[in-house]
Amino acid sequence: MNVTEDSTEQSGNSLTRELTQNPLKKIWVPSSTNGLPDRHISQRKVCMTNCPTLIVTVGLPARGKTYISKKLTRYLNWIDVPTKEFNVGQYRRECVKIYKSFEFFRPDNEEGLKIRKQCALAALNDVRQFLMDEGGQVAVFDATNTTRERRETILRFAEQNGFKVFFVESVCEDPDVIAENIVQVKLGSPDYTHCNTEEAVADFMKRIKCYENSYQPLDEELDGDLSFIKIIDVGRRYLVNRVQDHIQSRIVYYLMNIHITPRSIYLCRHGESDLNIKGRIGGDSGLSAKGQEFAKSLGQFIQSQNIHDLKVWTSQMKRTIQTAEAVGVPYEQWKALNEIDAGVCEELMYEEIQQRYPLEFALRDQDKYRYRYPKGESYEDLVQRLEPVIMELERQENVLVICHQAVMRCLLAYFLDKTAEELPYLKCPLHTVLKLTPVAYGCKVESVCLNVDAVNTHRDRPSIMFPNMFEYMITYYSHNNN
Amino acid sequence: MSAEQKELTQTPLLKIWVPGMGSSLGQRRGSSRPQFTNCPTMIVMVGLPARGKTYISKKLTRYLNWIGVPTQVFNLGQYRREVLQTYKNYEFFRPDNEEAMKIRRAYASNALKDIASYFTKEQGQVAVLDATNTTRERRGVIINFAKEKGYKVFFIESVCDDPEIIEANTMQVKLSSPDYENYDKEEALVDFLKRIDCYKMSYVPLDEEKDRHLSFIKIFNVGSRYLVNRVQDHIQSRIVYYLMNIHVTPRSIYLSRHGESELNLLGRIGGDTGLSSQGQKYAKALAEFIRGQSIKDLKVWTSHMKRTIQTAEALGVPYEQWKALNEIDAGVCEEMTYEEIQATHPEEFALRDQDKYRYRYPKGESYEDLVHRLEPVIMELERQENVLVICHQAVMRCLLAYFLDKSEDDLPYLKCPLHTVLKLTPLAYGCKVESFYLNIQAVNTHRDRPTNVNVARKPEEALQTVPEHL
Repeated sequence: MNVTEDSTEQSGNSLTRELTQNPLKKIWVPSSTNGLPDRHISQRKVCMTNCPTLIVTVGLPARGKTYISKKLTRYLNWIDVPTKEFNVGQYRRECVKIYKSFEFFRPDNEEGLKIRKQCALAALNDVRQFLMDEGGQVAVFDATNTTRERRETILRFAEQNGFKVFFVESVCEDPDVIAENIVQVKLGSPDYTHCNTEEAVADFMKRIKCYENSYQPLDEELDGDLSFIKIIDVGRRYLVNRVQDHIQSRIVYYLMNIHITPRSIYLCRHGESDLNIKGRIGGDSGLSAKGQEFAKSLGQFIQSQNIHDLKVWTSQMKRTIQTAEAVGVPYEQWKALNEIDAGVCEELMYEEIQQRYPLEFALRDQDKYRYRYPKGESYEDLVQRLEPVIMELERQENVLVICHQAVMRCLLAYFLDKTAEELPYLKCPLHTVLKLTPVAYGCKVESVCLNVDAVNTHRDRPSIMFPNMFEYMITYYSHNNN
Repeated sequence: MSAEQKELTQTPLLKIWVPGMGSSLGQRRGSSRPQFTNCPTMIVMVGLPARGKTYISKKLTRYLNWIGVPTQVFNLGQYRREVLQTYKNYEFFRPDNEEAMKIRRAYASNALKDIASYFTKEQGQVAVLDATNTTRERRGVIINFAKEKGYKVFFIESVCDDPEIIEANTMQVKLSSPDYENYDKEEALVDFLKRIDCYKMSYVPLDEEKDRHLSFIKIFNVGSRYLVNRVQDHIQSRIVYYLMNIHVTPRSIYLSRHGESELNLLGRIGGDTGLSSQGQKYAKALAEFIRGQSIKDLKVWTSHMKRTIQTAEALGVPYEQWKALNEIDAGVCEEMTYEEIQATHPEEFALRDQDKYRYRYPKGESYEDLVHRLEPVIMELERQENVLVICHQAVMRCLLAYFLDKSEDDLPYLKCPLHTVLKLTPLAYGCKVESFYLNIQAVNTHRDRPTNVNVARKPEEALQTVPEHL
């Protein structure tokens, strides 16, 4: 195919916009003539959806709606999709200060119905604010939503505001599962602080009954135009209808991979390495003498825990593999678990980085989550690289992950719902194993220090920063490095 | 338990740390590939003719092989054609045709034998049995076979009652089948519809209740709805995710490299430079080409590297930057010429030529790593419609290998020259490729495999195939 050249343009300036590299994230963006970043070009944000999404749970009480809502919210926030859950039960508790009994939920209780509708509308109002004014991308509307009429109200609300709607219904008739749910999360609810266990269970069962008669589950035919996933019997079966876009596809994939079988996840770093002792970051060195001692202790600790069917994962770096070797069971090497790539700063000491790259060093402290090492990675990049690891951890049962400081911080942030600000400063010392056990709506953490000395590799956020001088430095930097 | 600390050595090709020789435990404990499944899996298609079973079988197989899971399709129609040589008419498929039934059971059984052989003798991990499998009895035979051998079974059923889709399928792939070589179009259509009728009477779809112990996915009307039952393991979970993301809406994918870069001119690999003047000319030519194509709703994707972004800038439309599309990381060899690599790392250079797909640069990546990193890109490409991907040589080879079903041996040597756009359009069971060279001169960056790949080879032999540069 022939293309005629425009002979009037010069070779050096034939592009309309120059590119500069944003000093923090090392992203190339077009700049205006004074060398400063101009319009922001879209980055691969994990979930490109062109409008906010409202996820609506559906199901009788004690079917895991809140569990799913919280877990999904945690996952979406971790992969950088601003998400918030809105639990209508909480709105009800704020409105009706003291819960008396299940009678509140009786379908013939006019007063109760009025209050409940008000609460739902108040919650939807807050949803609108979150999605329109607060930069939210996904809102999870956690309530029973068991009637078609209620769901219609929500659909109309979403349509008025230009939100997409995706329903997540949990259907379960297994009495054991329901009983377990009630014990785990309902008995500890503020509603039942004044009851003993028997009373609480009896009342709660009657509460469920109040919803049962008017429950209209999502139907393949009648609701064929809606987008939804029906989760049956805690994940034994799924019915998925009309997935509209990328974020819904990711949500479905996530929901189909989580389970509630009791298990524990053990996180630890490799044993102390030779480079650790020298105060150098990154690299691919072997274990120091103390590190080898830790590896042995780890082996003994794991043995003593008597863990059923334990999987062991390491990175592809020597120090984690040496550590795993001492545990004495088969292990899998994941490249995705490799330590953050410090690019040009690999194997340097912090003092050397400060000397050779003072601006980089300052930038990192300014925004440690998004800061990308030159020719290296950022914590933000790490999270994206670790997403398949998290997905597989969700699928698995008992797993020991032997990894690295930055990697462990990212994984821990996922399990403990830490923000992007907190994540890079989570304390993950050497020679300490964290045992995470899902419990109720969250995660119990037990920290086991294996009593083998090691250097401290944790660097807190420095207290002194100069914001204005900083802006000047960025300008200076981009002028002089174009 | 022994308290000895094993020495680790790094394998030269893959750069994987393994316990060294003389380890008392012999077998290597660590596996460097994620374990998708611990036993072979049979994927069993279910559905009336013209429901897309072969389309799904082939596409799924292509995807699984690309992500490194050895997979093969076993199509019963092919077995039938080998046994019968010529196809007369639909009467062969009549449920009361005893003679034919005997023959059909026989070659179905052969297919199962071949599957067993594929797993045990050829290290296959997944076998896709592409046949109607419309009766519970037939599925029972397969399940028993798998149970006996210790294989997992996952059913994929395609249910469709939209007559337009069925007709479109029939036109696209059935009428050109070897079965209908000697038929004219109308006759073929009539015969084929009668064939479908033969199956309809005895068709027992997978049932939520009766088949609740089986693992399966039921796909309704080309993906508007799915029923998923008892996903057992990682590979089945990935298969379900993949099936839920593919679609059949017509569209085209355009693949191109960035315009020629300054480092390209110098024969240096990697780095993050800007476009040369020829490269800038290409960017403008690309913009004109794209405008000329009048593409509806085109998405444009680039990497995070300056040269792809500069190329996209010339298009004047919004684009998305994907870090996953960055060029292969050449580690310590970044920004070197091949001559310099030969001079400073001759063994590495030779190892790369020995197994270019698995070879990992020191402190860098391999093509195998690249494929792993590109998997989310492929998944999103499957979801999307018209997309232009502006990327890099190694990356483009990986993406192309996925679309054109190229093996690991072929992948690193696929020709992806600068200043050429490839337009891929899904067609029948494969992909049509149109190549557009935009007539802007550029250096050649393609390095063929030299004849001598031995570590002890002479420098001239190593540099035999290096393309010209400044």
